[in-house]
Amino acid sequence: MALATRDVVGILTDNLRLRGSVLPIPAKRATRWARDLDLPRGGETVLYTGMMYQLIPYIERLVGLEERLGDSPLARFTGLARRANKVFNGAGLVARPGAGERAEYDRVPANVARLLRQAGVEFGYLYEDDLYSGALAHDFGADEVVAAHARRVAALFRKHGVREVITIDPHTTTMLRSVYPTLVDGYDVRVRSYLEVLAECGLPLQTPLSGAVVVHDSCVYARYERVVSEPRELLAAAGLTVGEPVSSGRQTWCCGGPAEALFPAKAAAVAADRVEQLLAVSPDCVTMCPICLVNLRKAANGTMRFRDISEYLVDASVPVGGD
Amino acid sequence: MNPALADELRLIGRFDAEACMNCGVCSATCPLGIEMLPRRLFRYAVLGMEARVRAESETVFSCLLCRACEENCPAGVGITENVRVLRHWLLEDGR
Repeated sequence: MALATRDVVGILTDNLRLRGSVLPIPAKRATRWARDLDLPRGGETVLYTGMMYQLIPYIERLVGLEERLGDSPLARFTGLARRANKVFNGAGLVARPGAGERAEYDRVPANVARLLRQAGVEFGYLYEDDLYSGALAHDFGADEVVAAHARRVAALFRKHGVREVITIDPHTTTMLRSVYPTLVDGYDVRVRSYLEVLAECGLPLQTPLSGAVVVHDSCVYARYERVVSEPRELLAAAGLTVGEPVSSGRQTWCCGGPAEALFPAKAAAVAADRVEQLLAVSPDCVTMCPICLVNLRKAANGTMRFRDISEYLVDASVPVGGD
Repeated sequence: MNPALADELRLIGRFDAEACMNCGVCSATCPLGIEMLPRRLFRYAVLGMEARVRAESETVFSCLLCRACEENCPAGVGITENVRVLRHWLLEDGR
């Protein structure tokens, strides 16, 4: 049974309005990935994570709780939970993943920073001013809350003198590139995914990989932002043979993840269909979105392997132990 | 019935469901396989059948916004934006 849609959406959008993220986590947790990288603060070009990868372990904890609550008598008290959440960060209190759960997702932004550095790209990082983009609240139609949040992010870009943003995940990419210009007057920040940046400047190849993988396109990259050829070019440059599932590129099949916050069972069914399509090509799948990664991995239940594309690219391009 | 429903939706954002030709490509390509979404739902909205739209709230919020339907829609309907507008409208009185 699903929890009351209005209350779950309300809690997430209240969080964005009151605390700057649908699932507020401490800034030191969101920025921990950068602590050994000595990235300059701000600058004309910044790597912008939108906290997406860092948030995934917390979201998973929350979804697990939601699944358990959905079948219990407590499901009737979501309205009360929403009222309480306005006073204190309830979601932040119940979603507390361990260090092991956080490590893999924290590694992705660090991978991207190393890859860009290796490719000779100069960039900074906004640290605690690298905010969530508002993607989930936008999907829910919470337009006023998202517009206010977009203005807040745009003001931070102005404060730090940011002219160009390099993004890591598809959801932050489409928010900053395609949605913010419709919400913020005078917004003229250039936004590119690191996959587009690396495809343009060339993968700094050090150790060619071998083997075959199947690629899972993110719906948002492929259909919203037309990022289709870049990941394939980069994987091929890394030395991998890239296999295509029955639905790929702009006809890709959703991982089900967008339904997870409200209807976990429906999300799992869509993911199971996709796992079947992917496994028919290869047991090793490349993803490029944190939501796809976690949702497909959960549905596969160990029958195949999923890795973020940045892991492969780092293996092929960054010397062991170095940047 | 609410004959002004489509106008109300257009005040929220871009709502072009009336361009739908009811061909069924969207239903055929939907990973969720929900027959209701989006063409029948859009027809209810265009015809002002407010109670029926409200009754399909779960369907509206189930949509993955994956754009598989929109990518293949021969009429070029902005399906995902229409769904987002419907979500906004459904949540509006509860904010």
